[in-house]
Amino acid sequence: MDYEFFEHEADQGIRCYGETTEKAFENGAKALFEIMCDTTKVEPITQLALSAKAKDLDLLFIEWLNELLSQKDIEMMFFSEFKVTISKNEEYLLEAIVSGEPMDVEKHGAKLEAKAATYTALKSGEKDGKKFFQCIVDV
Amino acid sequence: MFKGVKMEMKETRQHVWEITMKEPMRVPGRIYADEPIMNHLKSELATEWSALRQIVNVAALPGIQDASIAMSDVHPGYGFPIGGVGAFDAEEGVITMAGIGFDINCGVRNLKTSLTKDELEPKKEELANELFKSIPAGLGVTGELRLDEKKIDEVLVKGSEYVIDEGYGIQEDLEYTEENGRVEGADPSKVSHKAKQRQYKQVGTLGSGNHYLEVQYVDEIFNEKAAKAYGLFQDQIIVSIHCGSRALGHQIGTDYLKFLEEATKKYGIQIADRELVCAPFQSPEGQQYFSAVKAGMNCAFANRQVLAHLTRNVFSTVLGLKYSEIPMFYDIAHNTCKLEEHKGKKLVVHRKGSTRAFGPGRKEIPKAYRQVGQPVLVGGTMGTSSYILHGTKAGMEETFGSACHGAGRAMSRTKAKKKWCGESILQQLSKKGIIIKGHSRAGLAEEAPGAYKDVDEVINIMHLTGIAEKVVKVKPLVCIKG
Repeated sequence: MDYEFFEHEADQGIRCYGETTEKAFENGAKALFEIMCDTTKVEPITQLALSAKAKDLDLLFIEWLNELLSQKDIEMMFFSEFKVTISKNEEYLLEAIVSGEPMDVEKHGAKLEAKAATYTALKSGEKDGKKFFQCIVDV
Repeated sequence: MFKGVKMEMKETRQHVWEITMKEPMRVPGRIYADEPIMNHLKSELATEWSALRQIVNVAALPGIQDASIAMSDVHPGYGFPIGGVGAFDAEEGVITMAGIGFDINCGVRNLKTSLTKDELEPKKEELANELFKSIPAGLGVTGELRLDEKKIDEVLVKGSEYVIDEGYGIQEDLEYTEENGRVEGADPSKVSHKAKQRQYKQVGTLGSGNHYLEVQYVDEIFNEKAAKAYGLFQDQIIVSIHCGSRALGHQIGTDYLKFLEEATKKYGIQIADRELVCAPFQSPEGQQYFSAVKAGMNCAFANRQVLAHLTRNVFSTVLGLKYSEIPMFYDIAHNTCKLEEHKGKKLVVHRKGSTRAFGPGRKEIPKAYRQVGQPVLVGGTMGTSSYILHGTKAGMEETFGSACHGAGRAMSRTKAKKKWCGESILQQLSKKGIIIKGHSRAGLAEEAPGAYKDVDEVINIMHLTGIAEKVVKVKPLVCIKG
């Protein structure tokens, strides 16, 4: 399983898995966009380079998801493919290439707008040999 | 929640429950609820983000006054419960991100008309189609205003005034908008470039989720005198617009979540949920966040002002009404943080999914409504009722002049999608004479009326406890969803 949604009465919980932290973050991004559209319909035509910084990996996960939401609005794009690398000096630094195309409500089956990733239920760990990250997304 | 705190609850009077104060709580919790709502809340206690735990967590924040309060529409939020009110001492207390949320100043604006339900009926379908075409809603849409950094800074300072000067409304609208549509003290330099950039094309858009534009009619009058003062009459057509500060608000929230996380550590504030990040209100960090929030509030006022203008244009085209024949009724927010005076004390009042509900006489209320009390606009669900209440003296005494804001969800979006499909909801509501125009079928299923509490019951609790009293009940005829 790459990701799953968990229940929250008002908003939407996402939990993503991966062999590595990077892979889990990539799957988290997919889950985030799956709230908003059918990601299988979003063609990875245009690439964008993004970065995010944080003091720990949990916070980096939130920074990453929120950076994607910012770029969604600024570029008016949905994204469907994500390539993440994470390095650590004083802080954790995430660098990513994300691919997608301009939003097309009909083609992409637009669903619900995600407003922001929150710190509520923010957690990470290992399950069945995979790393996982989770949080509640405000919708 | 803080480990080892065992929750004790008792009903102190009908529909008012108290969570006993225990360390590290600084005040008790108070919930306005009936037995079914309380049983529902208790059934969720095992989840770490249960609303009851969130009430307790807020009760432990520094400087909180009287009680950590939840209204009858209470349900889990992030950090704060939705329907939550937390008032903090302006000198000793904090300002917290979770008490405002990402959709800063989300609220409801109502317009009045002189039309009746019967007069609208022959044009209802046409009106629905035209509104659906003219109101930018859902994902991937833009508003007609095109702003740059300089212009958006003006929106953040002037709020509704800026867009009225641009032709999106009339001066009289300001009188009937909370804060006259412009909160003083907003500082655009405290709002990131990214937040402004996200908003360049989003002023005057509705958004998605639970946001809506509804054409409604007055179905029942409970208080003739108050209804008359409000200019409301039986079968009258009114319009209700529910939305907030859009992407700008979301980005301010995002930016300050990180900023306040550091402030929380710097000032050594113990929080039980990481989302409750906060800063002492008087600290530089607290004041900076408050300035940014005010900018977000002004953006939301401007947003609803533009949507009201677009709505009026559609009413003029389809029904031949003049602009002045569609006056403002009122605009009031329910995701907000304000410096207010209560019982002679300056307080930082956070309302997260709670409507300000000032009682009679307060100077903040428009003169025409002041004797009755402030109109409280409570949105129901698509297909059920909404209500207009008035603020009361009891509300001023007990809840810092606050009431519920909606029906309040009772079921997760995932469950709602499994239970209903958008198409069948459309058909069911159509049989009741309600036209729903939505951009997302899945979104409609998530917003199914059955996913919410019974709004009549939620309102009755407010009314019976005297926190806010019923004036009229309205029912939907047309609903535009994102």
